[in-house]
Amino acid sequence: MSIVNRQGAPPGAPALVGDGTAQPDRQVAVRLSGVSKRYGSGPRSVLALDQVSLEVAVGEFVCLIGASGCGKSTLLSLVAGLDTATAGDVAVGGRRVAMMFQEPGLMPWLTAASNVELALRARKVPKAERRQRTEELLQMVRLNGFGGKRPHELSGGMRQRVALARALAQDADVLLMDEPFGALDAMTRDLLHDELDRICTEQALTVLFVTHNVREAVRLGDRVVVLSSRPGRVIEEYRVPANWTRGINTANTAGLASTITDRLREEMGRHGH
Amino acid sequence: MAIDQALRGLDQLEFQSAPARRDPGRIARKAWSALWPKLLAVALVLAIWELVTLSGWKHYVLKGPAPVLSSLWDQAQHAQLWDIIGWTMRSAAIGYVAALVIGSAVGLLVARIPLLRAAVGSIITGLQIMPSVAWAPFAIILFGENESAILFVVILGAAPSIANGLISGVDYTPPLLLRAGKTMGLRGVDRYRFLILPASLPAYVAGLKQGWAFAWRSLMAAELFVAIIGQISIGQQLSVDQQNLDFVGESTVLIVILVIGVIVDTLFTKADQSIRRRRGLLDAQGTA
Repeated sequence: MSIVNRQGAPPGAPALVGDGTAQPDRQVAVRLSGVSKRYGSGPRSVLALDQVSLEVAVGEFVCLIGASGCGKSTLLSLVAGLDTATAGDVAVGGRRVAMMFQEPGLMPWLTAASNVELALRARKVPKAERRQRTEELLQMVRLNGFGGKRPHELSGGMRQRVALARALAQDADVLLMDEPFGALDAMTRDLLHDELDRICTEQALTVLFVTHNVREAVRLGDRVVVLSSRPGRVIEEYRVPANWTRGINTANTAGLASTITDRLREEMGRHGH
Repeated sequence: MAIDQALRGLDQLEFQSAPARRDPGRIARKAWSALWPKLLAVALVLAIWELVTLSGWKHYVLKGPAPVLSSLWDQAQHAQLWDIIGWTMRSAAIGYVAALVIGSAVGLLVARIPLLRAAVGSIITGLQIMPSVAWAPFAIILFGENESAILFVVILGAAPSIANGLISGVDYTPPLLLRAGKTMGLRGVDRYRFLILPASLPAYVAGLKQGWAFAWRSLMAAELFVAIIGQISIGQQLSVDQQNLDFVGESTVLIVILVIGVIVDTLFTKADQSIRRRRGLLDAQGTA
């Protein structure tokens, strides 16, 4: 199985050392500096994000959590380049960025395999290579044998795995996930947490994962960043110790999740007056 | 590996409840359940027709279903009816294909170019609403009484529906798919080829189906107006039978028009259903 290019430079680019050209930052994969986003203009405009600064290290798994209206999804859109910041700077150092949404967003007219292949085709991967790579990617999300099925024939969890395979097909260094498991049942979600954990480690992906599920954030993240609501600001960060046994039901997860939940409630209470 | 097995198990559960397909008995039952209501409706219409005839209403012209159907059967044995149908279907095919090309091109341009949409978007809808028979005298002035005049009316009848079908398909491409395409890096021609046009297909086919209905109506109207010397069309046959006060002849032609319209419409419905089924937009019974 080929390992995705995680050096930040596009494949085939020369290693740039000390020649004055901008060299991709090898430590920080995603850097937001004083990022603000305002929707609309004038008195009726809404400030979605206010002076957010955040750094995600290469290979780090960062979970963003917050109540509704904290601009989590806005933040991902800015990093994905689907939207532009009103102020501040979003930098990914030339890395490839892939994104997953709460809904799988698969093309309903294509089979699972063709959906994955479309991402390869968009990258102009030669045809012969595409088929083999698609097979590898489906294998990676344990959907080998289901490539010929259409999205509507698959369960919600399987569709999200196809979407994950499609995101991986983009050969990205940075994976943005916007509540990808929010619509799934708890049992499927637990299994997918384990799968995502394994794949991100194997592929050494940098992940920015948005969720409103505190335990999910603690289960998956190396770091959990709490955002305030209206406008969104970073109010707290929690580092999840690397030596913890990961699991949705471990005492450690429950303990940290409850601390974070308290902090979130405190923040929500601010809006209750 | 435990996780692997649990996940595999969960995946397999998804498929075990699916009903067994390719059961010949089931297909036959399904075909029969679709067919009998139609047969019943036809029988009902014939019965009412027969009753009206028996009541003696307009007895000096009105004939029952029996002479009409037997006349239709007789005519079906002769080349003349097929010649008339062949000529009209040829006009229908040429006109429809031209409408398809023009409607699709205009639809795509209008969907892509905002200025063009602002300029002609509402005109297309206006043309779609306009009864195309109104164009017939205009077409005769422009082209004379010949095939060009007929095709002109057919194209103006069908093309707006086809264009509007494509435009609404492009407009209603799900935003989520557009976002997914954007993060995937689909741009320019590829974005249309692999994303927007396939997403538009159901609405486009609906436009094609409506376009056919309009083409068929426009063609009948145009043929009534335009008499081409030396060539009898279905519309002209209607006109001739009317002049001869030939009730049986007129009725057989009407039945032919109805049946052709229904057959072609059924083909479009089948295409529409197969597209929807592939996309999971139909339930197991095949209804929307």
